[in-house]
Amino acid sequence: MKVAVVTFPGSNCDEDAAYVAESLLGASTTRVWHKDASLPDGTDLVILPGGFSYGDALRSGALARFSPVMGAVRSFAERGGLVLGICNGFQILLEAGLLPGAMLQNASQKFVCKRVRLRGHDTGSPFMRGLAGRVLEMPVAHHEGRYHASDEVLDRLFEERRVAFTYEGANPNGAARDIAGVLSEKKNVLGLMPHPERAVEAVLGGEDGLGMFLAAKSFLEAR
Amino acid sequence: MSSVVDAKVAKEHGLTVKEWQHALDVLGRTPTIEELGMISVLWSEHCSYKSSRVHLKTLPTEAPWVIQGPGENAGVIDVGHGLAVAFKMESHNHPSFIEPYQGAATGVGGIMRDVFTMGARPIANLNSLRFGDPKAPRMRFLVEGVVAGIGGYGNCMGVPTVGGEVAFDPSYNGNILVNAFTLGVLPKDRVFLSQAAGVGNPLVYVGSKTGRDGIHGATMASEEFSKDSEAKRPRVQVGDPFTEKVLLEACLELMKEDVIVAIQDMGAAGLTSSSAEMASRGGLGVEINIDLVPRRETGMTPYEVLLSESQERMLMVVKKGHEAAVHRIFEKWDLSSAVVGVVTDTQHVVVKDAGRVVVDLPVSLLVDEAPMYERPTQRPEGLEALWVEPKLAEHPAAERLLALLARPTIASKRWIYEQYDHSVRAGTVIGPGEADACVIRLPDAGGTPKAGGGPGIAISVDMNGRYCRLDPRRGAALGVLEAVRNLACVGAEAKAVTDCLNFGNPEKPEVMWSFAEAVVGLGEACRALDTPIVSGNVSLYNETEGRPILPTPTVGVVGLVEDVRRVAKTAFPGPGHRIFLLGSTDVLSFAGSELQLLETGVLSGRPPEPDYARARAVHGACIEAVRSGLARSAHDLSEGGLLVALAECLVAARPGPDGVWLGAEVKLPGGERTRSAFAEGPSLILVTVLDSEVEALCALAERHRAPIAELGRTTDSGRLHIDQFLDVPTSALSDAYENGLMRALDLNALGG
Repeated sequence: MKVAVVTFPGSNCDEDAAYVAESLLGASTTRVWHKDASLPDGTDLVILPGGFSYGDALRSGALARFSPVMGAVRSFAERGGLVLGICNGFQILLEAGLLPGAMLQNASQKFVCKRVRLRGHDTGSPFMRGLAGRVLEMPVAHHEGRYHASDEVLDRLFEERRVAFTYEGANPNGAARDIAGVLSEKKNVLGLMPHPERAVEAVLGGEDGLGMFLAAKSFLEAR
Repeated sequence: MSSVVDAKVAKEHGLTVKEWQHALDVLGRTPTIEELGMISVLWSEHCSYKSSRVHLKTLPTEAPWVIQGPGENAGVIDVGHGLAVAFKMESHNHPSFIEPYQGAATGVGGIMRDVFTMGARPIANLNSLRFGDPKAPRMRFLVEGVVAGIGGYGNCMGVPTVGGEVAFDPSYNGNILVNAFTLGVLPKDRVFLSQAAGVGNPLVYVGSKTGRDGIHGATMASEEFSKDSEAKRPRVQVGDPFTEKVLLEACLELMKEDVIVAIQDMGAAGLTSSSAEMASRGGLGVEINIDLVPRRETGMTPYEVLLSESQERMLMVVKKGHEAAVHRIFEKWDLSSAVVGVVTDTQHVVVKDAGRVVVDLPVSLLVDEAPMYERPTQRPEGLEALWVEPKLAEHPAAERLLALLARPTIASKRWIYEQYDHSVRAGTVIGPGEADACVIRLPDAGGTPKAGGGPGIAISVDMNGRYCRLDPRRGAALGVLEAVRNLACVGAEAKAVTDCLNFGNPEKPEVMWSFAEAVVGLGEACRALDTPIVSGNVSLYNETEGRPILPTPTVGVVGLVEDVRRVAKTAFPGPGHRIFLLGSTDVLSFAGSELQLLETGVLSGRPPEPDYARARAVHGACIEAVRSGLARSAHDLSEGGLLVALAECLVAARPGPDGVWLGAEVKLPGGERTRSAFAEGPSLILVTVLDSEVEALCALAERHRAPIAELGRTTDSGRLHIDQFLDVPTSALSDAYENGLMRALDLNALGG
């Protein structure tokens, strides 16, 4: 498996994502600078990591979508490549139109960092194999994580089995219909607010985040 | 600004008559206005430590593992495995009271710059905060603003805020404290220093462009507050964490190439202090062309550029001929870089504006000739009269315990730390609210996480200002003991200390006495525990309208964990465990205790004399019990005493999936029951073990000569029960503890 982790100015979970890909999944991992107009040959999975790209100027993700690398990410996704956007990466995917909806400030108007519980849904996505119906614990850490879309879009997302995760029990940010993560039409692009890459080792408090990385890996290896 | 420089202008710059005369004598002429500006900030209390230096010289600063002691941007210690950690704590009290969000944010930004200037990747932020009475005017605004500011900066930087401490006392009503701590990791043989070297090497400016913000911030931090302090708002700097994040990455990238000779953060007093300090530490001179400094405002005078405290800037000495490497990397990160001067052998700081010399000062005048005062000290009148233990009225124990748990100083700080990103960087083994100290897994020298177990760093920040008011020497020493004890609770051995000494006006002999005594106490405790002080900061003039804060010599202690898989947390592990108390209750006292303040409103009594042999024994026993896996939980006694500590262990365990809380069946140690239950004292730690491990624990304690007593056992009753004394549901303890802070400050829930 070949993983590309994109770094925008202000990304701060890029190192964590690359660590998981390289050290825990054993993937050949390349760090891609946002000014690069192409992805490394043979890339299987692109991770847009968390952070504060461009300091969240205007809105989170609003400027990063203009970075040269985003053109390459878009055509990679259109060809069916796997793209995972975590936190700020999710926000960038929304701003770039690769996923539907928008992100608002948390209902509390404050940053929130805590472990939350998520329910995985039956979606048929390569990221979600084995996660349907499971309740997973992962940290969230964001100020703008309140997922928003029109009722029409929300209905369609559930109908098309494109809601990957919902918050279970407590909703930390006021997201519409407790949505924590959504998929693209072809289900190869996943964006989520919680941080699976921070829940990959028992010594750091849990391993529930590892599942979606392993699902993607086994999907790619079975191709 | 008038360009005529005379005694009146010097006074406006904060120089005393004597200091002005001293400057004239040494210089042999009247300084220019730019020179006066530079002299005034470098001679300010904030930059020169003129009142504190004579005392600080007495502190222990050396040990075989100390790589860099005080005098650089941060202290550095060897932590084995080819790694070192750089750390320091710094205050941003005055700006935070005027403008809490920006004051706290730039405090966090400044301390992180101090650490990455040393070549270290920051991996942990902590903070020590002091607020006034929750009901005092502006207090909720200050709490909300400071917390948002710390989060706003640290979260964006991607450095986890993993711990801290927060206390409330009316003495801070008009002068809150914001002390920020950062620790970074670096290869032990690649420490970057700030000593200029190599005549002819270029001085390179990198980072943000310079604006008019923060001019004379250092001078402001050297004055008492008055009603017109609000008018000083423009002196508070504005932070831009995004720029600092890219500055951090650009600096660390450049540090991998062999081009930097010296590097210094432009913090307090900006370009003035960074250039003078680099020249002074290198025994050389510098020449700066001020017109080459990148600016974000037009029409700035040389005076303004020299004194600006615009954030996110660095000054470097670069190897001649390697300027292009700097420009290449900083351009990649969309940051300014400019050659603004050169290292000289003149031992003068020369500043030119388009060729015209505006400053030509001997470096020694700015740094070595800065005033140093042995200020008069006077023990406060009637201090002994205060050393009488207060009498407490009879009161039901359960009510007392619930009231103590709800005190904002004791109650859970969840509302605060959930606003800080504490899990970024794949290293947080123990985060805020889980144990007495935080634990970070050591990454590799570049900061990349390393999977699995392995060594870790434990950190605790602490100090009890009330003990320090009653006896500053004992109080400061007890603060060190507590922080070191916190480390012992997670199984870590303390190695070194950074301090942040917050006091009132040093020109008042009683304040100066408390400062001097506290430094003696710090030195004594750090010598006894073999934890040298490797970096620090002094913040004086913490007074408003003549009323000083409690003496608050905050310490940050850094220690080593052998294997991050072998640590202990506060929470009781489950029902059926035996509860033991390491240490002896013979030192318990109500002096300055939380219960005393709650029920009498008066501060009196004398805190106990620290017993270092006892402390070493208890710490040693606890560390071994944790590392060997015997101790299933560990938590020390501090504010509120034994019952508060027991309640915290129960509450931290959270209810099981079935909603059932843990309980405990406990017998109080000997002596008067209210005292055993609620009085405070050092070197006391609660640990739990399995039935089968009781003998091993007692043998271990005996080997360390640590007193040990069994208190009882954990149960599945969901109640804390002490026969004929107290019986409370754990859920009620949790309600008081979890909601105390929000209720006291009338804060809105974070949601979820």
